[in-house]
Amino acid sequence: MSLVRKLLPPLASGLLFGMGLTVSGMTNPQRVRGFLDVFGAWDPTLAFVMIGAIVVMAVAWRMQARMMKPVFGDTFSLPDRTDLDPRLLIGAAVFGIGWGIAGLCPGPAIASLALAPSAALPFVAAMLAGMLLQKITMERKVSRS
Amino acid sequence: MTLPGFPDAAPLHGLVGGVLIGLAAALMLLGAGRIAGVSGILARGTGIASGGMARTSAWGFLVGLPLGALAIRFATDWEPARFAGWPTLVLAGLAVGFGTRLGSGCTSGHGVCGVSRLSQRSLLATATFMATGIASVSVMSLLGG
Repeated sequence: MSLVRKLLPPLASGLLFGMGLTVSGMTNPQRVRGFLDVFGAWDPTLAFVMIGAIVVMAVAWRMQARMMKPVFGDTFSLPDRTDLDPRLLIGAAVFGIGWGIAGLCPGPAIASLALAPSAALPFVAAMLAGMLLQKITMERKVSRS
Repeated sequence: MTLPGFPDAAPLHGLVGGVLIGLAAALMLLGAGRIAGVSGILARGTGIASGGMARTSAWGFLVGLPLGALAIRFATDWEPARFAGWPTLVLAGLAVGFGTRLGSGCTSGHGVCGVSRLSQRSLLATATFMATGIASVSVMSLLGG
């Protein structure tokens, strides 16, 4: 696969993704926390973002089901796990706590590296540290068992 | 456009941004044959995760994301973001990084791509991080944060 085919579709996807996050106000942590503040001054904007994105993706999944291979690639490589394990639940729970505390998840955090670097940098650095910590603790667990 | 009863909500911005995010994820799926999950792509690009898309592809997406955000910021004055202080950002970033890796995804991978595919793992993860996100915002506002 040529470099262009490897690079351009993800680059275009990232550009659209960053535009969408910024247009919808999701790069503003106040708006994200406003959505999670269901017992306070609830801001439903994030629900509209999810609806817009999910409707488009629901169509895309139907198209994908009829395709033999991706337009710019050789094979589909998609998650196929169906088991509901404790890691999924605990991981999602820990992620949600962090998401609520700062109003940032990975997408808006990386988009904010360009918009508000002084706030986004410490968050992204800590996020990478958290990812590394997870990797190290998992490797230890595996080697012990 | 405003929503009756929710003066701060931006439903139209939310929908338009959501559709852009959906198109971004659709381009990644149908173009590259991959899931547009930001936490997974970040782990792949930085080398924290070893499997998955080509690192060139991961970096294409990761560079596109802030550039797309910047393009919208230059085109409009929408909308100033307010961030937490850096100790809060660091604490939240650690939880987001650890949790998204343990739970195999974040708002984009589980919330948009997985939910639109009706993946049971993603539906459970999304319900979980929404619930703990709501809990952490609510507890913080109870404590006066």
